[in-house]
Amino acid sequence: MFSKILVANRGEIAHRIIRACRELGIRSVAIYSEADRDSLHLALADEQVCIGPPVSTKSYLNMEGIIDAARRTGVGAIHPGYGYLAENAAFARACEKAGIVFIGPTPDNLHLAGDKLTAKRIVQEKGVPVIPSSPSGVGSVAEAERIAEEMGYPVMVKASGGGGGRGIRMCQDRDMLLEEFPIARMEARAGFGNDEVYIEKYIVHPRHIEFQILADRHSHVTHLGDRECTIQRRYQKLIEESPSPTITTDLRKVMGDAAVHVAKAVNYVNAGTVEFLLDGDGHFYFMEINARIQVEHPVTELTTGIDLVKEQIRLASGGELDYSFDGIQRRGWAIECRINAEDPDRNFLPSPGKIESYRPPGGFGVRLDTHLYQGYELPVFYDSLIAKLISYDLTRDGAIRIMRRALQEFRVAPIKTTIPLHLKIMDDSSFQRGDFDTGFIERFVPDEDDDE
Amino acid sequence: MNEPEENAGRIEVRVPMSGVFYRSPAPDQPPYVEVGDVVKKKQVLGLLETMKVFQKIKSPSNGTIVEIVPNNETALKDNDLVFVLEKG
Repeated sequence: MFSKILVANRGEIAHRIIRACRELGIRSVAIYSEADRDSLHLALADEQVCIGPPVSTKSYLNMEGIIDAARRTGVGAIHPGYGYLAENAAFARACEKAGIVFIGPTPDNLHLAGDKLTAKRIVQEKGVPVIPSSPSGVGSVAEAERIAEEMGYPVMVKASGGGGGRGIRMCQDRDMLLEEFPIARMEARAGFGNDEVYIEKYIVHPRHIEFQILADRHSHVTHLGDRECTIQRRYQKLIEESPSPTITTDLRKVMGDAAVHVAKAVNYVNAGTVEFLLDGDGHFYFMEINARIQVEHPVTELTTGIDLVKEQIRLASGGELDYSFDGIQRRGWAIECRINAEDPDRNFLPSPGKIESYRPPGGFGVRLDTHLYQGYELPVFYDSLIAKLISYDLTRDGAIRIMRRALQEFRVAPIKTTIPLHLKIMDDSSFQRGDFDTGFIERFVPDEDDDE
Repeated sequence: MNEPEENAGRIEVRVPMSGVFYRSPAPDQPPYVEVGDVVKKKQVLGLLETMKVFQKIKSPSNGTIVEIVPNNETALKDNDLVFVLEKG
């Protein structure tokens, strides 16, 4: 086992990893940008290293600086969290070269997961259905236009190296494609350091179901059940739950087996997620592999009792996976609401600023993963996710009731947040029945127009 | 974007919130506009990145770019002045 780990991230996921380290008796090193001097993860970690200026490309995406910090602090491993360098094969290779363990999949896994088109081809060859897309990256607007015409609108422009819903633009027609294409590339570069994008057919109003995967270095692979991530806005997940209220035990078995099949086909190692779209007729399509710990991992942790971050660390240090989904006692229901610093009344525009008033929820069945504190100033440079509120109970109805109560307790002011929106959703009868698709959120938000 | 402030044909374009200002759609591409350019109403003049979300900064009117106040990649505060246009 490692004696010291560098956490190459910020915000709530940095806390999550630092806490896991502490419980395992491993020392932690936090890195931070000049804009994050007052961030709480510095206080939780054992050591702190400033990594560069505020802009992410010069700090949290600064590979050389991070490897250098790892060397100087003498860590045995780096945990990348999610986003930033988490799925960057070059970074994982650089770690390897420096003799530092990258806590995550192999560089080849990352390369393949990042190369969504090749991943789709391999998965398709194994008999798992996939969504139609351009055969390779699309380098120009003209090429995008030609492919979209052939495929038929609506289409999506997606970042090849993307994830977390960033760098995705849906285009209804040619005019939209012409305007959105360069912005999708810009977002791709800013978020992932790679501006390659591709075109994918847009499947109207599906459900989004994913399976958590764990794999060790000794060819053992298991899934840890499904997560329903259908409630999204602009491909940003808002609410996730486990289990899915829609899939039957039989379908869960088929999809879970397909997920394990996918992981084995690509020789996957460590924690990952296999994402599927499920259409109205119960057909599922492989979408992509997320080669990282995901934002929504807590709903799996609460229903399986397995600490996924500790498992990532254990597996990265050579530990063996000696259990499977059939052997674990999955129990109860967990729901996660992503609390973002966004204004639902202003088309979800970000709402940066100082947290003057902060009152976190608590009590039975409540887990709160956040980096907020009273007096904290939210930097403009980073993601608007400020908290993950997770409720757990034996039944879905019970988990919804706990979530509603916890949301009512939660105060963050004067910045705007998605808390009021989540409250409305908890009160919605379709949500309560588990009857929704990816278009669900449109009922709660006015017509989207980002052109103002 | 905020309502422009007009003063004898001079139009100020300010940002509606804090964020990082970009003059071009990508580092390897030319800026959206330069001083002296004639622009149309709703034409994109630049981008504002706030918490990883990009907003287009659009021209509130037809006119000519007289001044571009911040440098590329500058962190701006709510209501900072970005462009000055001459109405035309």
